[in-house]
Amino acid sequence: MIDLLSVDFMQRALIAALLVGTVAPMVGIFLVQRRLSLIGDGMGHVALAGVAIGLVSGAAPVLTALLAAVIAAVVIELLRARGRTNGDVALAVIFYGGIAGGVVIISKSPSGTPANLMKYLFGSILTTQRTDLYVFAGLALLISVTTWALRPRLFAVANDEEYARAVGLPVLPLNIVLAVLTATTVVVAMRVVGLLLISALMIVPNAASQLVARSFSGGVRWAIAFGLVSSVGGVALSYPLDTPSGGTIVLLAVALFVVTAVVTSVLARVGRRRHDVAETHAHEHGAECGHPAVTHGDHVDYVHDGHLHAAHEGHYDEHGVHHDHPAPPGPETAGAGPAGTTSGTTSGTTSGPTTGSRS
Amino acid sequence: MRSAPLVPRDAAPSDAVVTLRGASFGYGDGTVLSDVDLSIRKGEIVAIVGPNGSGKSTLMKGVLGLNEKVAGTVTLFGIDSTEFHDRARLGYVPQRHTLSASVRATAEEIVATGRLPRIGWLGRLRATDRQIVARSLDVVGLADRAATEVSTLSGGQQRRVLIARALAGQPEVLIMDEPTAGVDAANQHVLADVLDRLVERDVTMVIVTHELGALERLLTRIVVIDGGRIRFDGTPRAYATARDSVHHDHDSHHHDLELEGHHPSLSHGPLDVDRTDRSRP
Repeated sequence: MIDLLSVDFMQRALIAALLVGTVAPMVGIFLVQRRLSLIGDGMGHVALAGVAIGLVSGAAPVLTALLAAVIAAVVIELLRARGRTNGDVALAVIFYGGIAGGVVIISKSPSGTPANLMKYLFGSILTTQRTDLYVFAGLALLISVTTWALRPRLFAVANDEEYARAVGLPVLPLNIVLAVLTATTVVVAMRVVGLLLISALMIVPNAASQLVARSFSGGVRWAIAFGLVSSVGGVALSYPLDTPSGGTIVLLAVALFVVTAVVTSVLARVGRRRHDVAETHAHEHGAECGHPAVTHGDHVDYVHDGHLHAAHEGHYDEHGVHHDHPAPPGPETAGAGPAGTTSGTTSGTTSGPTTGSRS
Repeated sequence: MRSAPLVPRDAAPSDAVVTLRGASFGYGDGTVLSDVDLSIRKGEIVAIVGPNGSGKSTLMKGVLGLNEKVAGTVTLFGIDSTEFHDRARLGYVPQRHTLSASVRATAEEIVATGRLPRIGWLGRLRATDRQIVARSLDVVGLADRAATEVSTLSGGQQRRVLIARALAGQPEVLIMDEPTAGVDAANQHVLADVLDRLVERDVTMVIVTHELGALERLLTRIVVIDGGRIRFDGTPRAYATARDSVHHDHDSHHHDLELEGHHPSLSHGPLDVDRTDRSRP
């Protein structure tokens, strides 16, 4: 038995994992929403140049990495906003310039061994310093508070940028804030996840959460849950397995994604077999369709010839017989059957079921 | 039943909502629409009609401040557009394809974004805001779909989500981009009923479209744009009479489609002759 928590560096690595597992998916969902899943990767590249400058100059690598990543974030967002020029290529120049500069500068520093470089690129549980933890905790707090406070606006801009601009939301400042949040997340994650794998912890938990979530707020909660399980689990596993923590975390996140994908698709298949689809009718149930609305658990059913119809994706589900509006006697009436055949109109919510008002 | 009108009635002293004087718009270097004079007053239901590429979308985006004004003036609610900052007074309903499906979101979450221009910077929606969001969904007939994930809704329903989003900002005019495009006949009628309800509430509407379809009965005015200029501006009745002369004035094949066969019914609107074959079953 290894008591993980009694080991000093493990305590620090686990705390760092908790922080990064929480904030990375919070920021990442907006990157997924804006279809910028790979931008965090590029910022990690630039942060490596920052780390290298820190190592050579003797400044704290975490702070120089933060500075480099934030500057890159702002420049990238300004380039994207200008749009017309070849922004994509400009990003590539910045990203590869960053990682190439980082590798070259690190080789000139006293601690520039290949092993040291590996730790920065792929994460290590051994490297989190006590002072790093304070910085990480402060940055993680800043990221979560900012993300929480601006969430409705970041959501609006990522959902429909043109609309956001039309109604006067500050689109460019919000995009810059998101880019800076991404850069800051990169730095918080650099010790345990590593600069080449950071983006994965922002994106993969969100990929898994999108398979189960039914709303944006649900998506955020699921992503944080997946992120925490992968980051803390990955750090904990990397000690007994003696593997780089970043790789372990990301493999765990990918495994969670695969398991979630399999489970949700099996459940969907079972659910499809189980649920009853109502007969098709051309009109849409709603306030004015003439069919009484009945609350049924978490949703509204409409009483259609005594049957409960519940909206489900592109069709209506059959949710059984409604007792106040029993089905008409005799064979099943089709959706466009005559209105006069229904017998019960006892609930008094609205007039009794009428069918075929529109077709 | 309703405590306050969804759209305030007497917000501007002047009744001109949008006024263009010699306005030209374009993207980058090219001018798409030139020298437009147009004034839209409160309470009007205006269709801006023209074939694809006619410049009607450029006009709409110019009014919304989404593309460059090359010349002339745009006055919004009596304020020059360069000085105009309360953009939420214009309720923009874009085409449906902007309802992004990259992450899951409920109809209510989408509609709530329309409320953002009306609340403080770091603020959350309060009870009254939530009520307005719920009422907006109710007006478009989607009250029971508030918690539904938008990508599972039909095309017509998604269109109504976008209308509800605009309504949540309590705008003084609704500017709609192709509200009926890609919506089947049955849903066009539902949409027209929704807009009917808004007309009853004196909502001013500007509908940019290349087909009048089911919406024609709502209109008080029709503006035809083609080749970057206004070709016709008048009542639907005048449009019906002028149709033939406009038709003979131009030889573009678009006009053959656009300006013939006027019938009040859905499938024979003046502009959807080229659309019926593409409507979904």
